[in-house]
Amino acid sequence: MARKYHVNAVINGDAVDFLCEPQQTLLDVLRDELELTGTKEGCSTGDCGACSIMVNGVLVCSCLMLGVEAQGATIDTVEGMAHGEDLHVLQRKFIEHVALQCGICTPGLLIASRNLLERNNNPTEEEVRLFLAGNLCRCTGYNNVVDAVMAAAKEIRGA
Amino acid sequence: MGKAPTPFGTALKYEKKNLKIVGGNPNMRSDAIDKVTGRARYAADINLPGQLIGKVLRSKHAHARLISIDTSAAEKLPGVKAVVTREDFPDMPILHAASGELMINFRDVTRGMMAREKVLYDGHPIAAVAATSESIAKAALKLIKVEYEVLPHVIDVEAAMKPDAPLLHENQITIGVQPPPTKPSNIAAVLTSKLGDIEEGFKKADVIIEREFRTQATHQGYIEPQASIANYTDGGVTEVWTATQGHFVMRSQIAKLLNMDVSKVKVTPTELGGGFGGKNNVYLEPLAVKLSQKARRPVKMVMTRDEVFRATGPTSGTHIKIKMGATKDGKLVAGHALLNYQAGCFPGSSLPLCAVTVFTRYDLENVLVIGNDVVCNRPKVAAYRAPGAPMVAFGVETVVDEIAEKLGIDPIEFRLKNAAKEGTQTHFGPKLGPIGYIETLKAAQAHRHMKAPLGPNQGRGIATAFWFTIGMETSATLNINEDGTASLIYGTVDVTGGGRAALSMIVAEELGVPHDRVRAVPSDTSSLGFNFMTAGSRGTAAGSMAAVKCARDAITRMIDVAAKKWNVKPDQVVWEDGHARPAGANVGDFKPLSVADIAREAAWYGGTIAGHAEINVVGQGPGFGTHICDVEVDPATGAVKVLRYTIVQDAGKAVYPEFVRGQWHGAAAQGIGMALNEEYIYNKEGRLTNPGFLDYRVPVASDLPKLNAEIVEVPNPLHPYGVRGVGEVPIIPPIAAIANAIYNATGVRIREQPMSPPRVLKALQGAVGKIAAE
Ligand code: FES
Ligand code: FES
Repeated sequence: MARKYHVNAVINGDAVDFLCEPQQTLLDVLRDELELTGTKEGCSTGDCGACSIMVNGVLVCSCLMLGVEAQGATIDTVEGMAHGEDLHVLQRKFIEHVALQCGICTPGLLIASRNLLERNNNPTEEEVRLFLAGNLCRCTGYNNVVDAVMAAAKEIRGA
Repeated sequence: MGKAPTPFGTALKYEKKNLKIVGGNPNMRSDAIDKVTGRARYAADINLPGQLIGKVLRSKHAHARLISIDTSAAEKLPGVKAVVTREDFPDMPILHAASGELMINFRDVTRGMMAREKVLYDGHPIAAVAATSESIAKAALKLIKVEYEVLPHVIDVEAAMKPDAPLLHENQITIGVQPPPTKPSNIAAVLTSKLGDIEEGFKKADVIIEREFRTQATHQGYIEPQASIANYTDGGVTEVWTATQGHFVMRSQIAKLLNMDVSKVKVTPTELGGGFGGKNNVYLEPLAVKLSQKARRPVKMVMTRDEVFRATGPTSGTHIKIKMGATKDGKLVAGHALLNYQAGCFPGSSLPLCAVTVFTRYDLENVLVIGNDVVCNRPKVAAYRAPGAPMVAFGVETVVDEIAEKLGIDPIEFRLKNAAKEGTQTHFGPKLGPIGYIETLKAAQAHRHMKAPLGPNQGRGIATAFWFTIGMETSATLNINEDGTASLIYGTVDVTGGGRAALSMIVAEELGVPHDRVRAVPSDTSSLGFNFMTAGSRGTAAGSMAAVKCARDAITRMIDVAAKKWNVKPDQVVWEDGHARPAGANVGDFKPLSVADIAREAAWYGGTIAGHAEINVVGQGPGFGTHICDVEVDPATGAVKVLRYTIVQDAGKAVYPEFVRGQWHGAAAQGIGMALNEEYIYNKEGRLTNPGFLDYRVPVASDLPKLNAEIVEVPNPLHPYGVRGVGEVPIIPPIAAIANAIYNATGVRIREQPMSPPRVLKALQGAVGKIAAE
């Protein structure tokens, strides 16, 4: 059995520690060791964006990072987006605009969209499409996803 | 499609009435909150105490005889708890069953989930291992020794049809030819569909166009890979949680393949991360159950994306010839089609559905279709949203475009002149009932999209579509809870996330209560009688027929309670606006009773109130649509960009319009991907070279324009709300609409899909060369 490493990190504001094998991805650790299954696996090769999370403020595909690399990191996943009953504006807009169907891509799209709006709260539709080009959705054709992100941006700007 | 509709089926007549909930957009969808917070539970999110991880060893050969499989070293690896191979599964006789829109044969299903005599494609399962960790399971796979006798393989449909092609099944004699051939072949079956007299038809024609088309296999591309967990027990019931479009069908297949009683298997469908027809079939489920049985522990299996591409789906690649004739005043008089469809490694493509619907949008008196169902060394094809129909439409809709051009008639006008309508004889059998094809054409014609200006290298194309809606077994229960809320237990898996909302809206409308008083709750196989799977656009169309029946059944029971309480006859009580009321002033002066009032007293007056439906739904109205597409072609690279896209479709009645539009956007996006990029590419060794999203490139947000979706409503007369199936039609037109738009932009017709930059460039250069030579 492969040796396991002890890793400390802060996930969604909570200090956590876990044991992981050296080849385990951060995605596997989140899902299998920490039971944070909101982050999804669609490909494990960095091509679908379903596993998008924030690591030290940077948007990453968690399937492309090893669990051991998370030592000391601050990590944010979809589970940390809502505050109690209060959904994040993007979560609300996704529901309102029917920007999700099966929903498997949704956690990744939400994390990526939030990152976009933190950098630019007044994006053009084209900027939204380009920024989200790493997040595959097979159900919606992206139409309503773009509408939801634009509507969330508008609300954030207070416009 | 499964079986033919039964004469003993249930259809409720359309009732025109003012609607309060149906046709509006609910402010809350019960599945959505859990999906945005990450709490929704998909199959891969489930873990059971003590579970093992299962992994599958797959063939790297496209075609080989399995001489021996030695698992002894794998079994000895510490942490390995069970290994299964062909030895662990009973052989099955020829036994056909409906599974979604395609038919299956258990003789082949058992060979598909675990190879027996031969491996027939790159990715074919040979063995499966359950171990205490994924890394141990993977290490164990490497220890399995397989001795192969590698055989010549054949990948493409035309090559597989040649008399000297390598044979996949040495005893396969083509069905459907008289007299039966004496030599085996890869052509499993020949199908024909006829109407009128094809030769007479072409004699009447002033213009005849005949063209040949080739399309590549494409994958459903759901983002959630297949995943299943099984927990076998001897005494109780074996439980399976799985990503499926049909838990009851899964249950019966698992039971049959493993020789178990149906009553000993319970299947729970998990939240589904996309299916599109690709999750109609068993892949992992029987392996997980068998591994669990051997290991005496729960076993979880999740496919990698590579496995999804290599060993599930895809749709048929095809070779198609279309010949159509019209008179000079623009009347289509004859349609002839040859359809050669890849079935994958076992017979059974979607050809039976496609062959009988090639021309079902046109009032065409003379039709002849010949189809070949051809096996080749690829995974057995699975349904993919109107399976096989986009390829046929690619042929027919571009030939229709050419004829219209030749006759100098506008393409929409030409279709209107020849449009199928109520009473048109189809070549699949019946005459059409009331349909909305003409309405979609007229709505497209009047759409602002048609007036958008086009620049250089830009063009516009249109294409149209027809597809069935299926009915089949549908069961549901509506429980009126003790607090007056209602829970609809439904059995048609909600494959999109909108189905639950639509069903609960319909129940609320029927009961006359606010939408938030009704919750639609997914069933497992122990909570209801058998339901067919969600396929053939039936989820809301058939599911709501059962929901309406349940609601009306519950209302009868509630009226009964009121009658007993008031000491009057049930026919002296009416149900209105969510209350039981006296039918008239002469009945007596009774205060109306709400659902909650009745629920509170139901026990005293007889017992808990529930409504039931266990029906075989018939009377499903077919769907028609018209798409408009604008493209820009880059003459330097051959890249095609979709600039504008409009989907017009007859929904019969859109229960939840915003969701219907969303589904149409998604289907059109899949069709656009199919048209421009997506294709399976095999190398000389017969291995799939692009089993990942990097090289099998599905559309991303920046590839697509804004998609317009316009709903037309011509009620289905055999549904109480007029609902038609909506999910499949919109994937059919995009390939053809884009091909027609490319022609409009460049003057070049492309008859190969995908119309990827190299293919388009080649076609453009070919045209330039031709002009230069002239
Ligand atoms: S799972 Fe990480 S990008 Fe697809
Ligand atoms: S909603 Fe299904 S993949 Fe995006």
